[in-house]
Amino acid sequence: MSKHGITRRHVLRNGAGVLAATAVGAPMVHAQGTAGSLRFAFWDHWVPGGNDALKQLAQRFGEQNRINMTLDFINTTGNQLQLTIAAQAQSRSGHDGISLLPWDPGTYADQLEPCDDVMQRLSAKFGPVNPVAEFLTKRNGAWRGVPATSGTQAKPACVRFDLLKQHAGLDIREMWPAANRAGPGADRWTWDTFLTAAEACHKAGVPFGLPMGQFTDAVDWVGAVFLGYGARVTDERGNPTIRNNAELRQAIDYLVRLSRFLPNDVWAWDDASNNRALISGRSALIFNPPSAWAVAKRDAPQVAENCWTVPMPAGPKGRFLAYLPYVTGIWSFGRNKTAAKSFLEYITQRENAELCSNMSQGYDIPPFLSMSDFKVWETEGPPVGSVYNYPLKPHHQATYSIAFSPAPPELAQQMYLQALNTKLIARISQGGETVDAALGWLEREINNMRRGG
Amino acid sequence: MADGASLAIPSTAAPASGSLKRFARRRSTIALIMTLPLIAVIGGLVVWPAGYAIHLATLNRRMTSFIGLGNFEILLESETFRMVIFQSVFFAITAVILKAAIGFWLAHMLHHIPANGQRKWRGMLLVPWVIPPALSTLGWWWMFEPTYSSINWLLNVFAIPSVPWLGEPWWARISVIIVNVWYGAPFFMIMYLAALKSVPEQLYEAAAIDGATSWQRLRYVTLPMMRNIISITVLFSLIVTFANYDIVRVLTNGGPRDLTHVFASYAFQVGILAGNIPRGAAVSLFMFPILAVIAFFVLRGVNRRNREEA
Repeated sequence: MSKHGITRRHVLRNGAGVLAATAVGAPMVHAQGTAGSLRFAFWDHWVPGGNDALKQLAQRFGEQNRINMTLDFINTTGNQLQLTIAAQAQSRSGHDGISLLPWDPGTYADQLEPCDDVMQRLSAKFGPVNPVAEFLTKRNGAWRGVPATSGTQAKPACVRFDLLKQHAGLDIREMWPAANRAGPGADRWTWDTFLTAAEACHKAGVPFGLPMGQFTDAVDWVGAVFLGYGARVTDERGNPTIRNNAELRQAIDYLVRLSRFLPNDVWAWDDASNNRALISGRSALIFNPPSAWAVAKRDAPQVAENCWTVPMPAGPKGRFLAYLPYVTGIWSFGRNKTAAKSFLEYITQRENAELCSNMSQGYDIPPFLSMSDFKVWETEGPPVGSVYNYPLKPHHQATYSIAFSPAPPELAQQMYLQALNTKLIARISQGGETVDAALGWLEREINNMRRGG
Repeated sequence: MADGASLAIPSTAAPASGSLKRFARRRSTIALIMTLPLIAVIGGLVVWPAGYAIHLATLNRRMTSFIGLGNFEILLESETFRMVIFQSVFFAITAVILKAAIGFWLAHMLHHIPANGQRKWRGMLLVPWVIPPALSTLGWWWMFEPTYSSINWLLNVFAIPSVPWLGEPWWARISVIIVNVWYGAPFFMIMYLAALKSVPEQLYEAAAIDGATSWQRLRYVTLPMMRNIISITVLFSLIVTFANYDIVRVLTNGGPRDLTHVFASYAFQVGILAGNIPRGAAVSLFMFPILAVIAFFVLRGVNRRNREEA
């Protein structure tokens, strides 16, 4: 070795020099990097300014903990976020933590760091977590992430109260006032009343804008109707419960009748079509988070000031509210897992969750049921109180739900993402199949999905 | 010289290191070294992903155990997937036939325009092909959009009722094919135009002297001279059209009722969105052996004709 001029002493000296140069040159913005760095990818919010809350919180957390924070916001248009998640999981590299779509905690459970310690502390402080969020986030008894506030939404009815009163004789604001009580007539807010109102509005040329395609808005509201009728397509173990299922047939019959009073192109609607139907003034009701109303405030204020958010109608087996949570997961191959957990715990604190809800104009719903009383839902307008009933409240006597939820999550995910419920109705209503033929197809599809575990 | 023998360079190397140097100086060794970058690129970007996809397709949903051809078996038993096969084949064959026919017609039209005017027409007709398809498809989507379709608006002006372009299964299939043909026909046009320009004028003159009609000139002169280029463009277009993803994804997302899904869009739905990556890989690989066989025979035919003409 010495004849080439390389000695052990040289190696040590040069190695130390390289290390020192690396340490001096590393960019540590907030606190000279004593606690390292964290890189998170969050869902890019629909609502203008919706990302600002997370940016503020990350900055504060970084300063307090001497961590260099980097946030990336990735949107779901063109499934960019889904592709990023899949790519990072396959390559086992990427961000420390990432926003996961509702069914992702199950899909990537093996690669996500359990967050039981964080969830225990948060639950002790803020009480029970939304049951749908728990159903989606827990796998094999462990929390595979922390249910998020940013991006988490429910899909109640956003109603044009003027049109509903004019054409269907329903005073929706009186039924569901901006107060912690149900008004007169709220008990009549059922799917039957809804059908009558849908027919009246259809006749008046302002049909309800309810998508029946293969996107989440369609699957969610149809899923809530199914649950309202007690219609389940599988049991908790994933066995199909389709044969001799009276509730299922009742729900199908209802949806087929309702679909006659919807615009004839709802079979091709995506998640933006219902928003456009409301904002353009062509529709008297949609099921959606307040994003449609928020855009209407900007683009069609005369529409926005006549909108009022109310719970979904009730069926014979109860009232269900479609709920779609985001979960923030920490990759097991992440480099700074302890700090990542602290960050998730920090942003889920009540005041920080409230900041997210405020900055998103009330769109974001925190995962803890005790946090459904933020001021933003009382004060946002016009009209003031329009989104008061957006998060589920005790007087709604409703349950948060997600379509296909009693099934095992791996199966429910496939049924949900392949929109089996809306396709079932479409086969009968649009395709002209008999109920028996369509149910036979549904059973075969479910059995097929269960294979190859 | 191409037999792998040693280069004719005089050697002054010492006999002790002779065999290594001889090996390094062999023509085949140098050729291998020079093609290594290309081999590495093909290996990294083609062979490895393809091999990995095949590997994935043989795993169970959790990717924890080998199930052989289980995913393919499950897929073939699914009504939805059988429908996807039908749609992919219908979409690809219809679109390629239309693209080839329209491209051929356009190439003939252009070929007969004087050279000065030809350039601007050629440029304009190539526009659909140079716009990124995801972007142009979005434009088409606005025209087909269920509620505010501009095409329907125009139809209504002439008292023609609105067409449910994306809401009714057959119209949705036709819409997808229209966009694919609009995007792909210029490729055929430019290839056929180049082929037409290379047909010797004397052949047409000879045919004219023999009293050939325009149909006979097309049938017995133009088509035989363009046979190779037609085979290759049709083959390439068939492969690309079978693998099409963006048009279906943007226009219909596979709907209504999965009746416009093609292999790529269905593979994405099953593999990425529904979290079943092995089954998604199986969907995307389904046409691979069939297309490989078609490619083998088409390319063999092209090579045979080339040898005959040589």
